[in-house]
Amino acid sequence: MVNRERKRPVVYYVQPRDKMEIPSNTALQPPASAHSPAHAVQPVQVVLNGRVLESNRRIPLNLDWVEEVRVNTSAVERRAATHCARRTVKKEHQAAWLLRAIACMDLTTLSGDDSTERVKRLCAKARNPLQRHLVEGLGLEELHLTVGAVCVYHTFVETAVKALEGSAIPVAAVSAGFPAGLSPLAERVEEIRRSIEAGASEIDIVITRAHVFNGEWQALYDEIAAFKETCGPVHMKAILGTGDLMTLRNVARASWVAMMAGADFIKTSTGKEAVNATLPVSLTMARAIRDYAERTGMAVGFKPAGGIRTARQALDWLAMMKDELGRPWLEPSLFRFGASGMLADIERQLEHHLTGRYSAAYRHPIA
Amino acid sequence: MSIAEKFYTMEYGAAPEDPKEAVQWLERHHRRFEEFIGGTWVKPASGEYMVTSDPSSGDTIAEVAKGNKDDVEAAVGAARKALPAWQELSGHERARYLYALARQVQKHSRRLAVLETMDNGKPIRESRDIDIPLVARHFYHHAGWAQLLESEFPSYTACGVVGQVIPWNFPLLMFAWKVAPALAAGNTVVIKPAKYTPLTALAFAELAMEVGLPPGVLNVLTCDARTGQALIEHPGIDKIAFTGSTEVGRIIRKATAQSHKKLSLELGGKSPFVVFDDADLDSAVEGLVDAIWFNQGQVCCAGSRLLVQERVAETLYARVRARMETLRVGHPLDKAIDIGAIVSPVQLETIRRMVDAGIAEGARCWQPRNQLPEKGCYFPPTLLTDVHPSATVVQEEIFGPVLAAMTFRTPAEAAELANNTVYGLAASIWSENINVALDLAAQVKAGVVWVNSTNQFDAACGFGGYRESGYGREGGREGMLEYLTPKWLHSLPPAKAASDREETPDEQNGFAPAGATIDRTVKQYIGGKQARPDSGYSFPVYGRDGQLLGEAPLGNRKDIRNAVEAARAASGWARTMAHGRAQVIYYIAENMIQRRDEIAHRLAAAVGEEQAAAEIDLSVQRVFTYAAWADKYEGVVHHPPGRNITIALPEPVGTIGILAPTEAPLLGLLSLVLPAISAGNTVVAVPSECYPLILGDVYQVLETSDLPGGVVNLVAGRPAELGKTLAEHDGVEAIWCFRSNEEAAMVRAASIGNMKQVWTNDGREYDWFSPTQAEGRWFLQHATQVKNIWVPYGE
Repeated sequence: MVNRERKRPVVYYVQPRDKMEIPSNTALQPPASAHSPAHAVQPVQVVLNGRVLESNRRIPLNLDWVEEVRVNTSAVERRAATHCARRTVKKEHQAAWLLRAIACMDLTTLSGDDSTERVKRLCAKARNPLQRHLVEGLGLEELHLTVGAVCVYHTFVETAVKALEGSAIPVAAVSAGFPAGLSPLAERVEEIRRSIEAGASEIDIVITRAHVFNGEWQALYDEIAAFKETCGPVHMKAILGTGDLMTLRNVARASWVAMMAGADFIKTSTGKEAVNATLPVSLTMARAIRDYAERTGMAVGFKPAGGIRTARQALDWLAMMKDELGRPWLEPSLFRFGASGMLADIERQLEHHLTGRYSAAYRHPIA
Repeated sequence: MSIAEKFYTMEYGAAPEDPKEAVQWLERHHRRFEEFIGGTWVKPASGEYMVTSDPSSGDTIAEVAKGNKDDVEAAVGAARKALPAWQELSGHERARYLYALARQVQKHSRRLAVLETMDNGKPIRESRDIDIPLVARHFYHHAGWAQLLESEFPSYTACGVVGQVIPWNFPLLMFAWKVAPALAAGNTVVIKPAKYTPLTALAFAELAMEVGLPPGVLNVLTCDARTGQALIEHPGIDKIAFTGSTEVGRIIRKATAQSHKKLSLELGGKSPFVVFDDADLDSAVEGLVDAIWFNQGQVCCAGSRLLVQERVAETLYARVRARMETLRVGHPLDKAIDIGAIVSPVQLETIRRMVDAGIAEGARCWQPRNQLPEKGCYFPPTLLTDVHPSATVVQEEIFGPVLAAMTFRTPAEAAELANNTVYGLAASIWSENINVALDLAAQVKAGVVWVNSTNQFDAACGFGGYRESGYGREGGREGMLEYLTPKWLHSLPPAKAASDREETPDEQNGFAPAGATIDRTVKQYIGGKQARPDSGYSFPVYGRDGQLLGEAPLGNRKDIRNAVEAARAASGWARTMAHGRAQVIYYIAENMIQRRDEIAHRLAAAVGEEQAAAEIDLSVQRVFTYAAWADKYEGVVHHPPGRNITIALPEPVGTIGILAPTEAPLLGLLSLVLPAISAGNTVVAVPSECYPLILGDVYQVLETSDLPGGVVNLVAGRPAELGKTLAEHDGVEAIWCFRSNEEAAMVRAASIGNMKQVWTNDGREYDWFSPTQAEGRWFLQHATQVKNIWVPYGE
């Protein structure tokens, strides 16, 4: 059953978060038109093709939507390749877009040798992703720019929460048998519960890939629905393991099931697969999100993760989201990068923007 | 706006390509260009110049020479002078020049791309990523053909001096498509770029100087259409290659009707873009972007007619509209725009007028809210729905970013709508079911078919049209053949003039019975039946000693009409398995052998015993030859870049009208009819008036050989008169005339209506008794046209 009270429009703000006063009645202003001043102080509804969207919630599994999936791989690859050639941003726009990439970044560490110190270091970087001279030089003081979230294993959730106290930066935990998703269901559910108890406000779950290979859509749906049930209001991202799924049709079908099961985000990969986020996979998932929104009136977020290391790649993905889904999907509420090394490259590019000199990685504090 | 503000707006902002290098190049030439004749820059004889301007601003970019007839004379003279030495070079030596040109294009690729965009208005992304790389690819590919010429085309030689006229939509790409194969084959070239877009051709001429291309091998004439016509008409031109509108194609056909200039024409189109209900609709939408919003829709093969299966039509339209909202129209040099400027105010006005006419005829017009630049020639992407096949915007080429959309229910209806056009250049077919897609690909009348893709090009894959989209192919082996001619052809004796022949006597003044007994009734052979001539007249046929041999039916327009109808009704012959066609043709030989002596005996009265015996015996051999070819004249599979296969499929041309030669009444007739039917065409043939009675022998053989009725139709009468009706008939796709120059000229002039393919003896008398000349691939090439079907794959 759908919980009526949870039915709410998604909003994002064209104004720094900490300065925003959200109206108590949540009555929303009309969407910003092209003529509004750039700094319009108003929450903006998520609109896709003229339709105001609500946040996603579980709906009954509709197998027709899964079976109707059509993805022509060569055509998707061509579109993904030419998309990058069709769009580019330069100069100040480029700098602004790179800042946007930072705001949408889940700064991540998911290594076997992760330590408390490394997580603390990561959180410090999350609070201050850019060096002071860059913030001042680019005139960003008022922006209070931070990354979108910090993403860690369950073990380090408490450390991260503590380190980020007062920053409003959410802590995301990878969960549910990450990365392969092959532990018993009860344990995976329990894992989610424990991470939330430890203070995680976002949970990145992995799906059982075998359900996709075997076409066990009901089982996949039930699994994801159970995870979301456990998450409650906590933001849940469903990692499809696209590198394992291999085909774009599998990616699209899994996307549909995850969205119907109530995932807030769908996410490409664990970062542990042989191939992680690619543009064709992302395009396929973005199109699924768009079709789902058109059919249900609900907005699902997207998170490409793994393999995105450069500023140039960040721009490609942002442009793809803007063109395929629109401006709302450039907000952390609907779009995240899962990345660790990308921030360093973005810093170098911003340094170049500011000074005109090409920078070196060692000149920027590591995460 | 500060960076912080841009962080919120997330607009793209301007991303201009720096034109500095291109501008410097223009300045080095003082923004004034002469013509490139005989390896140097030559001032125009007129002393006059014309301007070329930037369609995004209307500003003049440069002045270029305005050539006149004297310049044409000079250029053709230079090309003629350079020809012997150029032909003398080995294929390898020519290959090195072409390779050097490919390299030079790559080295200066960005300058060429920027110049192209400045002159034409196309987005820099397209000139940078599509046009110029394809130019280089074309020269590389043809460097290869030059290298392999002697081994791969051993019995061919170059045509000679080639005159080429190219359009403004892909200025340098069309230049490359024309020049590369011409030079590779050993021709010399005089090329006229379009008036709106001469700059990259001139820049290329400079590259040719840099690589040391021998003077006169390539000449670039800048001039207006009138002087272009002088080039077309110049007697020193052996071959003409033209890309442009069907309208101008007609003018060229008319202007060259009296000559034996070899022609290849790549003309207009109204290509269908077919979307089945099982297609990946989001990908189909992107396909449409590449089909009709590529180069502002100024593409001859643009998918301008959207045919969508009814069940998904509204969904697709909604997605197309949503996608149109995100198309960015803007300055062509901006690296992040999708649609640039229309080439000229004249073209912009044409587009406006046609869209207005469409709306007046009832079309629903939808355009996105995208802002257009205030200055310059721009037209928004446009979707027209509620249109029907009878609408002007569905029938006529708009050559702008305008898509006309209709629905269909069944695959059969899709094929019918797709083919309901006078054009036949390209088609795009979208379905996730390979059976469905290839079934329609086989049915659609178009030279290029893209499955689940659109506007893909490669130098190895031939490009060119069916019907009024022209004929001849560019790219691949078939493209090379357009610039080659059989070595033996030019050494043949000239064809007899019509005036040298006996007039066909008619009943009024020629009938002289001379007391012979007439015991044999020869009729027309139409639709598999012997039919009395509509006229009710017959005419006497005399032997070489003047004796009356019998009477032949005197055919008229209506006999031709009936014969063409029968031939078109027999089009199922093309779909008969090749093995089945081969069996029928072998059987013709078997039946001919049985009647050998009686046929030879009768034929002897007309041509003498020796020739009669040779004709019948060689005819039997020739029948065997084409029975053999029926299942062996096959296509190839290309491997263009990316995960694609391209199937180059020789398809029958359709219904072919044949005017048989006078030299060998039986062998000459069969030498033309057999390759046509072997390849799957149907035929309406007019036997030679010297001995039309042969028709009776031929149809008796055919009737007993299981040849389906209508595949071969034979109409006797006055060849010139019947030929004219055949040439004018829109239901005839090609006409072959192996007779006098006068008749060839008449046929060329009369066949312009539907732009049918014309093949003649080039004013020569073929030796029908020589198998090297009179049978084989040279004939089968003319009996077929290549359809390239692009099939991408991958999961």
